Amino acid sequence: MNATKSVEELRKIARQVRIETLKSIYLAGSGHPGGSLSITDILVALYFGGYANVDPQNPYKPDRDRVVLSKGHAAPAFYAVLALKGFFDKELLYTLRKLGSPLQGHVSRKHTPGVEASTGSLGQGLSVSLGMALKRRLDDLDYRVYCLMSDGELQEGMTWEAAMTAKHFKVNRLIAVIDNNNIQLDDFVTKVNSGIYPIEEKFQACGWHTITIDGHDFEQILKALDEAVKVSEEKPVAIRAITVKGKGVSYMENTPAWHGKAPDREKFIEAMRELGVSDEEIEAFLNKYDK
Amino acid sequence: MFLYTKDAPKGDIRKVYGETLVELGRKDPKICVVDGDLSTSTKTAMFGKEFPERFFNVGIDEQNLIGVASGLAYDKDRVVFASSFAMFLTGRPWEIIRQHIGYNDLPVKLVATHAGITVGPDGASHQMNEDIAIMRAIPNMRVVVPADIHILKKVLYKAYETPGAFYIRLTREKFPVVYPEDVEFELGKGFVLREGKDVTIVAVGLMVSHALDAATLLKEKYGIEAEVIDPVSVKPIDGELIAESARKTGRVVTIEEHSIIGGLGDAVISELAERYPVPVKKIGIPDTYGESGTAAELLRKFELMPEQLAERIHNWLRSL
Ligand SMILES: Cc1ncc(C[n+]2csc(CCOP(=O)(O)OP(=O)(O)O)c2C)c(N)n1
Repeated sequence: MNATKSVEELRKIARQVRIETLKSIYLAGSGHPGGSLSITDILVALYFGGYANVDPQNPYKPDRDRVVLSKGHAAPAFYAVLALKGFFDKELLYTLRKLGSPLQGHVSRKHTPGVEASTGSLGQGLSVSLGMALKRRLDDLDYRVYCLMSDGELQEGMTWEAAMTAKHFKVNRLIAVIDNNNIQLDDFVTKVNSGIYPIEEKFQACGWHTITIDGHDFEQILKALDEAVKVSEEKPVAIRAITVKGKGVSYMENTPAWHGKAPDREKFIEAMRELGVSDEEIEAFLNKYDK
Repeated sequence: MFLYTKDAPKGDIRKVYGETLVELGRKDPKICVVDGDLSTSTKTAMFGKEFPERFFNVGIDEQNLIGVASGLAYDKDRVVFASSFAMFLTGRPWEIIRQHIGYNDLPVKLVATHAGITVGPDGASHQMNEDIAIMRAIPNMRVVVPADIHILKKVLYKAYETPGAFYIRLTREKFPVVYPEDVEFELGKGFVLREGKDVTIVAVGLMVSHALDAATLLKEKYGIEAEVIDPVSVKPIDGELIAESARKTGRVVTIEEHSIIGGLGDAVISELAERYPVPVKKIGIPDTYGESGTAAELLRKFELMPEQLAERIHNWLRSL
């Protein structure tokens, strides 16, 4: 396990991840800020709170924990976490979505160290995670599989095919975290297809242990992960993290329109200021990269 | 007869799709539309706004989307339009499309947006270069790839009036206007957009305007006179028109923003093999995946820009 950081330190890292996420999306001119910001605290707790057992120097060592980003469009936040963790140079973040960049618009195992499964087509991650958990048992290795999902992908049938199959195969060490920001692409989840609710009961019916938390409260996230690590020795665990889409940038928060577009220069500066970046730093960044 | 010039204005095909759906919805109160949480991108939301009771946004569940569209259409007394991005509309639920819409020739008009590499920065997961191939393979499925907003509108009306299954392929990008507003479209009938005697170029979609530009360059740079054909529908395809042109030119090039496996190129080759075999060069996306980049950068990477096309066609003709 990695060294554990204090909640205060985790908050600082999360702020940094939000800043880098928005910088990369701004420079790319496209991308998905809303769902990247909502899952940031979960990612930071996983990678810097002592859970994801990964080694940036040896990204594919056989007994590493598998983190599958099923909601592949949250790539900018995931890349920022991987960069801060030391998987690759932070400068690469500013090539996001550009021709020839190893940082593809949706995460790709072919391109980026630290990525376990190529995603972008929603609703496939839980099945792939299940396969990885089955492989663990075959190989008799000591790792866990974390699957990071969105609420929108609970609408995909494949998600539930995986959920029920996990029970049948008595899979353990499989932990799913659902970023429940209640917004999808067109509108609020409750408006488009509210049938995903209640979430906990569905997973329970499939034989999963469930935990419900505020996905921006580090104390709750860490506690939930502790519990999940323990319980997942026996059965798969689903954590429903209630989150705010666009968390940390007021004008993006809880607004469907900020699902999949980049801020313009003015809006970008506004976001940076809110995240506590000084005007000098913003200017230096823009002068260097925004040509 | 054809409007296209090098600086032709661009038309927003997705917007025209949305507007035409609304028009059809006003005309026929039975039409239904189904989408999968992409209605703001595919523009079916325009229909949803005016006819909320006949609009079903089922969420991110494309197999369910196709099942629901099929259920609405099984009695064949309602025309159903179903939309999503090409990857998710045809890829994820392919077998369900085959089982219901294809097998029973249901009046479901699958209209996909964001096809091909020009979806750009989203990368390979969203760049659908195989949809023409997999949709062509389904018996009963008619496959149409409109080249501009004017023909698109006619195609949508034709799909509405014609019983049975359709796949209509659109992209994210705006297209230059090629056809006059009053163009007539008949399923399986193509257009000769430019006459020539040295080589026949068959292209669909965005590649029609690129082929026309390439033809101009071939003439200017090398004195090669290319005939340019837009078959509009890839299935059924206007084999007679293409073979007739091949008889004159003796050489055929196909250009598509799609894999060279199973798409327009193979449809053209099948027709020519039976009618009048000549050497054919297939130009499109090679047997590989795309990557993130702008639409223009990716078109250049895959050598689909007009200057590159002219060069490639010239080199191929020389090599024969
Ligand atoms: C199978 C599939 N269908 C459609 C899409 C297009 N799409 C991309 S993001 C998105 C909505 C995402 O909402 P949600 O999954 O809840 O993610 P979040 O709110 O966490 O960003 C959609 C429909 C896709 N990527 N994959």
